[in-house]
Amino acid sequence: MLTTDRGELMNTSELEITAAKARLLILDGVHTAKSGHPGGSLSCVDTLVKLYFDEMNVDPDDPQCPDRDRFVLSKGHCSPALYSVLALRGFFPTEDIKLFRSIKAHMSGHPDMRNVKGVDMSTGSLGQGISTAVGMALAAKVNGKDYRTYAMLGDGEMEEGQVWEAVMAAAKYKLGNLLAFVDVNGLQIDGRTDDVMPTSPLDAKFSAFGWNVLKADGHDFDSLKSAMKAARELTDKPSVVLLSTVKGRGVSFMENNAGWHGKAPDDEQYETAVAELKAHLAELEGKYYG
Amino acid sequence: MVDKKATRAAYGEALVEFAEKYPQLVVLDADLSCATMTKNFAKSYPDRFFNCGIAEANMTAIAAGMATCGLKPFTNTFAIFAAGRAYEQVRNSIAYPYLNVIVVGSHGGVSVGEDGATHQMVEDLALMRAIPGMTVVNPCDANEMRLAVEALLEYDGPAYLRLGRSPVETVTDRAADYRFELGKGVTLKDGSDVTIAATGLGVQLSLEAAKILEEEGISSRVLDIHTVKPLDNDLLIKAAKETGCIVTVEEHSVVGGLGGAVSELLSEEYPVPVIRHGVNDTFGRSGKAAEVLEYYKLTPKDIAVSCKMALNKKN
Repeated sequence: MLTTDRGELMNTSELEITAAKARLLILDGVHTAKSGHPGGSLSCVDTLVKLYFDEMNVDPDDPQCPDRDRFVLSKGHCSPALYSVLALRGFFPTEDIKLFRSIKAHMSGHPDMRNVKGVDMSTGSLGQGISTAVGMALAAKVNGKDYRTYAMLGDGEMEEGQVWEAVMAAAKYKLGNLLAFVDVNGLQIDGRTDDVMPTSPLDAKFSAFGWNVLKADGHDFDSLKSAMKAARELTDKPSVVLLSTVKGRGVSFMENNAGWHGKAPDDEQYETAVAELKAHLAELEGKYYG
Repeated sequence: MVDKKATRAAYGEALVEFAEKYPQLVVLDADLSCATMTKNFAKSYPDRFFNCGIAEANMTAIAAGMATCGLKPFTNTFAIFAAGRAYEQVRNSIAYPYLNVIVVGSHGGVSVGEDGATHQMVEDLALMRAIPGMTVVNPCDANEMRLAVEALLEYDGPAYLRLGRSPVETVTDRAADYRFELGKGVTLKDGSDVTIAATGLGVQLSLEAAKILEEEGISSRVLDIHTVKPLDNDLLIKAAKETGCIVTVEEHSVVGGLGGAVSELLSEEYPVPVIRHGVNDTFGRSGKAAEVLEYYKLTPKDIAVSCKMALNKKN
């Protein structure tokens, strides 16, 4: 039984509260592991919350359902975001986040479809995830299924040539059942994307490759909602939502700082971050629940 | 006149033959469908054929995504691109999640001929064999290829299948008690002095080499090792015990292919002299297929010489 089935499960306030909880779990996972990628996780997590709580047909009790919607985290290093959202969605206990990257457990550093419930594709090597998403969307056509496939890429990831091979193929096969997101936070490990290897203008590039191009504020649920709704109505070709985001979003000292791409906070930094995130969560809950 | 047929031709026919029986079979190609022989499948089953263009990395990962949705993709391109260019896609998107994709590398080895070194893949068996969980299959003739395709359609997991460009004599159809099973070698000729363990077109060459040896009073056993991984350990250890030395024959580098696999096995389990007969850690070169094979000493005469070297080491 697919639970969301296009029903609007959460309103904007509830989505914001869920995203605040997910951010806390991201920090928990990366801090406990003393390793991982907080910056990009915090920039894409709002979109993942929107997808798993208000967009995709998924069922934590039947994670392999052949009719479910698929999600591929092509920027696989942001596994803390995916694992946190899957946990909150009920695929596994939120306590499992503490086992992130641990030799003792199954929560591998990058998404692992064989061991982490709810993960649709093992990813981590940039550029490959979007191709696998194209494969899933093509398979829907072959199998006569109407599920949708979603993929999340990084703006740095757009430097991988394979991404554009996949973009070409999705256009050739008119994959209106595929929706890709690019988390445009402007930063990659070595610094500004514009300095390392400019990938802009992404809108013109995707358009030229035959895609529908949409834009959204990646931290605004109303904006995300409009973009995803628009994408659903564009069935003649694949769509991409270019997300305007802030790397490290929600933790003031991590925001817009490439240094937090793949670094865990120390204990003191962790306490500071958690205090900030908890204050934000309390504020959201206070406003919503009164 | 001996009837010859390329394994790639038999492969193309097998795809069409088994398409109805296996509705989950889908075929992907990278703008080489005339060479890889998937064109007839494309014509007969256009809804199950995907030409991904000259983009092998993408094709390979698309297949992985399809496999997660219950399809059984066969990806097709030259061996150099299948195992070389797309190595990491095979590793990370297919083998690591243990997906049901058959990676097909056509035009393996130096018998590609005229195209030369850039297109003569002599490291594919080594590369694919090094990936955890990969099955690696290198059939020697048209009959064996057809059976391999059927077996791989029944198989559940990642595998690499190597095809050859040049026509080769069909030899397995006349072998007594021949039966194809993944992971099981076949004794095509019994013998007691030396074992020749061959794969791909090395099998036909080795059967001819055995005749030369016979004339010189040397009794050789010829094993057809169509599955390079998992290796038929029992058959090879038994051969080592009974004949005391082994020559491996392959249209592949002597590094890491069948020769490497057999050496690894026997050095631990039953050390006997092993001579690795193949492309001697060098690149290929242009020429007619037969000329190139001769240049790299992939001839019955040269294999017979290697057998005598092995015998000398044993004695």
